[in-house]
Amino acid sequence: MKSVTVWVDGNTSVEVIEPKDSRAVHLTVDGKLIRTTPGKSLLEAVWNRPGIGNIPALCYHPIVQSYGACRLCTVEVEEQGRTRFVASCLYPAKEGLVVRTDTDRVRQLRKGVLELLLARCPEVKVIQDLAIEYGIEKPRFALGVQDCILCGLCVRTCRENIGRSAISLVNRGIFREVAAPFYAYELGDGCVGCGDCVYVCPTGALKLGPDGKPVLPKVHIPRPAAEGLLR
Amino acid sequence: MSIEQVDRLVDVAALERLRQSIIEKRNPFQLRLRICNGTGCLASGADEVTAAFEAELTRRGLSAEINLVKSGCHGFCEKGPLVVVEPQETFYQRVKPEHVPAIVAATLDGKIVEELLYVDPATGERILHEQEVPFYRGQTRLVFGSNGTIDPTQIEDYIAIGGYSALAKALTQMSTAEIIDEVKRSGLRGRGGGGFPTGVKWESCRRADGDIKYVVCNADEGDPGAYMDRSLLEGTPHAVLEGMIIGAHAIGAHEGYIYVRNEYPLAVSNARRAIEQAMAYGLLGKDILGSGFDFKVSINRGGGAFVCGESSALMASLEGQVGEPRAKYVHTVEKGLWDRPTCLNNVETWANVPLIINRGADWYNQIGTEKSKGTKIFSLVGKVNNTGLVEVPMGIPLRDIIFDIGGGILDGKKFKAVQTGGPSGGFIPESLLHLPVDFDRLTEAGSMMGSGAMIVMDEGTCMVNMAKFFIDFLEEESCGKCVPCREGIDRMGEVLERITTGKGRMEDLELLEALADTLRLGSLCALGSTAANPVLTSLRYFRDEYIAHVVDKKCPAGECQALIQYSIISEKCTGCMVCVRECPSHAVTGKRREPAVIDLAVCSKCGVCYDVCRFDAVKRA
Amino acid sequence: MAAEMDSEKVQGILERHSERVNAIIDGYEGRKDLMISLLQDVQAEFNYVPRDAMVQISQRLDVPLSQVFSIATFFKAFNLTPRGRHLITVCDGTACHVRGGLRLIDKLDRDLGLTPGGTTEDGRFTLETVRCLGACALGPLMVIDGKYHGQMSSNKLDRTLRSYT
Repeated sequence: MKSVTVWVDGNTSVEVIEPKDSRAVHLTVDGKLIRTTPGKSLLEAVWNRPGIGNIPALCYHPIVQSYGACRLCTVEVEEQGRTRFVASCLYPAKEGLVVRTDTDRVRQLRKGVLELLLARCPEVKVIQDLAIEYGIEKPRFALGVQDCILCGLCVRTCRENIGRSAISLVNRGIFREVAAPFYAYELGDGCVGCGDCVYVCPTGALKLGPDGKPVLPKVHIPRPAAEGLLR
Repeated sequence: MSIEQVDRLVDVAALERLRQSIIEKRNPFQLRLRICNGTGCLASGADEVTAAFEAELTRRGLSAEINLVKSGCHGFCEKGPLVVVEPQETFYQRVKPEHVPAIVAATLDGKIVEELLYVDPATGERILHEQEVPFYRGQTRLVFGSNGTIDPTQIEDYIAIGGYSALAKALTQMSTAEIIDEVKRSGLRGRGGGGFPTGVKWESCRRADGDIKYVVCNADEGDPGAYMDRSLLEGTPHAVLEGMIIGAHAIGAHEGYIYVRNEYPLAVSNARRAIEQAMAYGLLGKDILGSGFDFKVSINRGGGAFVCGESSALMASLEGQVGEPRAKYVHTVEKGLWDRPTCLNNVETWANVPLIINRGADWYNQIGTEKSKGTKIFSLVGKVNNTGLVEVPMGIPLRDIIFDIGGGILDGKKFKAVQTGGPSGGFIPESLLHLPVDFDRLTEAGSMMGSGAMIVMDEGTCMVNMAKFFIDFLEEESCGKCVPCREGIDRMGEVLERITTGKGRMEDLELLEALADTLRLGSLCALGSTAANPVLTSLRYFRDEYIAHVVDKKCPAGECQALIQYSIISEKCTGCMVCVRECPSHAVTGKRREPAVIDLAVCSKCGVCYDVCRFDAVKRA
Repeated sequence: MAAEMDSEKVQGILERHSERVNAIIDGYEGRKDLMISLLQDVQAEFNYVPRDAMVQISQRLDVPLSQVFSIATFFKAFNLTPRGRHLITVCDGTACHVRGGLRLIDKLDRDLGLTPGGTTEDGRFTLETVRCLGACALGPLMVIDGKYHGQMSSNKLDRTLRSYT
């Protein structure tokens, strides 16, 4: 049995006596030792612990499985003397791991990603705020007109929590979008109108329509090949 | 496609007896005509040539005397259709149906059809045998060797040349640990691009927890310009299968998959047939060669997505899902297909395995460099004289491949760069042509081995435009899951479009480098993290060309349409009127025997006039 | 009366379609993992992937329709609209690109108004581009209805197209 000092949040530390058969995992986040359960990701380990780590995340939500799409939660981890960038929402917490969430290199990378997001969605508040925090004034690219960042939260909650899969991510690359089968504008029987997708949407791209079913994000890019689906 | 009823091989001795009986039935003095039926030669008309031979032999009643063999790819696709006469090994190239009667007549008389022999451009001499052709002379054909000599649809052909003897050895004379050790000591590294040590991968997969494990053959060769995997699977499918069976046995897997592009129909059908034949002989299925080891293989056709070359995307696709990669913080050797330990190797890697087992790690690891062992097959394409598939020992300098085997640059033009590694690789300039082909040395130069595409570019190729070509390709192929790759590649395209249309600014070069950093460090999978390599290497080695586009608004290679103009050189123009007739925009006007004139206001810069002029009288600048 | 007959006729066609799709699905013994191969066979049968076929696959394999639709739109091999009588595939892989593959695409646009993914108004040709068919020695390469035409030039293109009506 040994005693360790671990941080519960940014201001509170406690002494923990670790039983011999403990399966707890200890890792250092920005210099503070924290204790978590095996199987959790780095982001989950610091989730709800204000003051520990500075990790923005747009495609993460505790009610669905992590996806790793927005890459804003990227942090630096040091393992066996090797430092690398990982998506903290997916990287498993491991004993003895040293995590740095706010280094210059990490901030630089997030800034790069945010510039791309802001160029895609210049009107989205949550992205504007993050951009200011990371020192971006104006993207160096032509501005888009989207609201949806394709984080897939809506699709994941519909599949994992509601069990409906009424919507999915279709097409690929820059043509990707959230859609119902055959680009139906009205969500048919697949949708039960639970509104979960609207609730998890981080950018407000999904809104509740008058029929209680979500209105899918408007996509302003030409759809390849599938325009005017025929029978 | 029905297989004749054959006896299952109950043990290794039965395999050897079968081999002897096949060899004894064959007459070494038998006249055989080997016609290349690889996709390259088929595209040049090999099927018509084959039909003509069949008709001619039937007409003369010689079908029994002369054997026709429809072989796999010989590699020298530029000169196809290729025909080799055995036992003399006479090598005919660019054969057309009308040449067939002459070839048959000459073969019967022991003579040679001179005009169909290959002429060495350097000496002007006609060359009689395949191996004396400079293209083949510089090669070491270990893996690819039997491709052109056997009929890939006949398992007996493969068995006759020693096929499945490595499997017999592995099953009866080696423990699984010894097999893995042999592969580890051979130094074999993955031929699909990453160059990961194969034996280490096998060992990790063997050690991974789980009763059910899988082996997978990656034949989703999406790398534009690379086609060695297709040719191997088409031409020697049994070598790939044999490698997979040995690997599965060593790892403890009982199920395997071949994930192959649907765009490769011949590879699909030859591999399918190979599986059926191997099943019939008991080389696949239950109790293989009486060893108690069970293994089955099925074929899964890809749907056309470059990203599915990435292991986790490939496995998602094998599971019947969208080919989206996932983070590999837990490796696929531990959690791959259906979250079970999975060993994925590419076609060429699997095809190397029988060789290593048969001839031993000590023999194999003498070939190549310190950290890159064995041979590598490259597809040498682009602006090079001898296009085709080339197998060389690791460590050979790039220059030897391009100039000795490849015969130098087309039309006597000047070499500019060679692109290796496809969209994940980079451009290598003339000053680095001394570089050996070696995983680590190519990576140091900012490129990579990749799956082995080697695309040669001459002075007429604009490097900015080529960088844009690769970015356009990747923009179409990005799965769109993660932000850096989906948005970053698109924005790189936006910046490159600016530069190639003369609207670029000097800050754009830094912007490209910043985007490259975001892609490299932020992307979820290797498609995104290597996507900037073509841009970065072109910036590194051909920065002047970017500056010319940005500052002088000129495309020195004359490829970027917005930055070039066409004009007629009056002194050279003979007034033949061809350009006047051919111009689709009616921008060229003129009278017979008078110099033509291009109206730049109407000209669409399509370049037709430049292409059709036989007097070099059209200037592009 | 006439309208009724038409609708009966349409119904008949649809039923036959659905039988053909069912026959293809039968061959896969309920294996969801072979979804991509299955869609490919449907496309080979109908020359595109009809909407009803996707619905049928979804129901019989018990896979959400949205997932079938995702797969059908993700992979380049699938067409969700019918194609022309002849399929022209122009290779725009690196090797063909270096040797002028784009000129063929430009010429098809100029002469026939045919752009990648599009079909001519008379339904004669559909054009697709592909990134590398692995016959790089023959670039620029074009495939019409599965037949390879290598070392294509503008002149050769004209001659070649004439034989496809």
